[in-house]
Amino acid sequence: MGRITLKEVTKSFGTVEVIKPINLEIEDGEFVVFVGPSGCGKSTLLRLIAGLEDVTSGHIEINGTDATAIPPAKRGLAMVFQSYALYPHMSVRKNIAFPLKMAGVDKTEINRKVDEAARVLNLSDYIDRRPGQLSGGQRQRVAIGRAIVREPDAFLFDEPLSNLDAALRGNMRLEISELHQTLATTMIYVTHDQVEAMTMANKIVVLRDGIIEQVGAPIDLYKNPRNLFVAEFIGSPKMNIIKGDAATELGAPTVGIRPEHLEVSKTKGKWKGTVGVSEHLGSDTFLHIEAEGIGTVNVRADGEIDLHHGDVAWLTPQVDKLHRFDATGLAI
Amino acid sequence: MARSITTQRKTINTVLAWAIGLLIFFPILWTILTSFKTEAQAINDPPIFLFFDWTLENYSVVQERSNYARFLWNSIFIAGGSTLLGVIIAIPAAWSMAFVPSKRTKDILLWMLSTKMLPAVGVLYPIYLLFIKFGLLDSVLGLTIVIMLINLPIIVWMLYTYFREIPVDILEAARMDGASLKSEILYVLTPMAVPGIASTLLLNFILAWNEAFWTLNLTAAKAGPLTAFIASYSSPEGLFYAKLSAASTMAILPILILGWFSQKQLVRGLTFGAVK
Repeated sequence: MGRITLKEVTKSFGTVEVIKPINLEIEDGEFVVFVGPSGCGKSTLLRLIAGLEDVTSGHIEINGTDATAIPPAKRGLAMVFQSYALYPHMSVRKNIAFPLKMAGVDKTEINRKVDEAARVLNLSDYIDRRPGQLSGGQRQRVAIGRAIVREPDAFLFDEPLSNLDAALRGNMRLEISELHQTLATTMIYVTHDQVEAMTMANKIVVLRDGIIEQVGAPIDLYKNPRNLFVAEFIGSPKMNIIKGDAATELGAPTVGIRPEHLEVSKTKGKWKGTVGVSEHLGSDTFLHIEAEGIGTVNVRADGEIDLHHGDVAWLTPQVDKLHRFDATGLAI
Repeated sequence: MARSITTQRKTINTVLAWAIGLLIFFPILWTILTSFKTEAQAINDPPIFLFFDWTLENYSVVQERSNYARFLWNSIFIAGGSTLLGVIIAIPAAWSMAFVPSKRTKDILLWMLSTKMLPAVGVLYPIYLLFIKFGLLDSVLGLTIVIMLINLPIIVWMLYTYFREIPVDILEAARMDGASLKSEILYVLTPMAVPGIASTLLLNFILAWNEAFWTLNLTAAKAGPLTAFIASYSSPEGLFYAKLSAASTMAILPILILGWFSQKQLVRGLTFGAVK
């Protein structure tokens, strides 16, 4: 069981309110991702749930009981830190066994569980090494092993992949997703990387300046962003925002068009432009086009398109996939 | 050409380092040499450096006259006891200052250090009265407590500096793993701080070993450590330079050996945190 409820939770450091009253329901078994730009309060929110920070006001309930005043050691949650936070003086075995030792589990049971976790995480060959002798990915696995052995009610991840290189990050992303499918335990995951959020989450919580901007399934947020901030934050490359006459013509003060919803042609279209930078990946082509009367527009086209710097290109937006916003930035 | 300049500079540095080292070490060397002279040679004018009649007589006289072993044991007990006791008290104090600092933590640390700026004799009278009241005069226990308290600010400061270098994430991880405060300090913080704790122990052992003001003022015959042993040879009647030197040599020898073998730890301890 891992149902977590936040009720009017706030947090201030001195006079600065970093978390404004937040209400959030996290269901058992969900993979929830807190995403937002740096300084939006996502890590603080996670630390409040963990109990590593005290809430300024409001309540945190875990499985229906008020956990606001319960110390982190007794909340039944496990956490994986950005820095891994392994115990440098202990072997991998002792690192993974530590939470079990603290829980007073008997020795044979500890050994059985540690061996099992090491096997699942491909750590069996390194079990007697110290963290200093491991690579980044291996350290991350040890941190995850330490979290899973005690079978917590929920896992908390604080930007766990940001210290890894791109290839390893992709692998670990998959591994964590698989882990979630196997364990079916609640996971709360903090990241500033919207790709991680989109690929891993059941539910994304977009935060800005200590406020929840929108909560929803990844595709929901992609298709129906509630406001300009969410629209620009979710999706890669970023959504194009068009204002002025071109937008009015499309029926709103501000119009958002995702790069993949623009058709590009060498001969005809609605808007004329000149190619600035073109990126040819084979599977996709990314174009930065200087469109007349609109400004720079990002375009993502499937496959290879023979357009290069200086070429004339014509753009046509897919009208049914436009996002329209009013003057305050709210979706219409 | 650049290379020759570097070599030259290196040579100058080495010569200078040796010169300064010898200058600092000279009094100790002279004491050791004097301890092997006769009393007459010890006060010879001009002083004799190496060419004298080497003798062990002073050592046997000193050993006959006073019980070196008892002083040595008192020194070990007082220095060891006060250091251990101090560290046990200072670890939790340094933990709270390093990891859960309040607005006043810096002030408290500075205030603690300021007590070291007070001349010790300023508090001799009240402490002496307390010692009489509690029957601690000339007792090893009393001295252990007083020297522990005198060195406590330094112990707390040193440990605080070491603890600050330990990433707080790791302690938070321990908390998330279900560790109580006691387990966190015992299984995670202390083992990680072992190098720092070791050099703190060493330095304070040396400070306590060399402490003379309190040991001379609060002991008589029973609880005196080696500092009192040396002092008993600096009598105003008669000239006992050679015997005083022999006593001094015997008093500093254990700590000199300890310092020699642990110099790496000591240097690290004293410069820790100075450079990132």
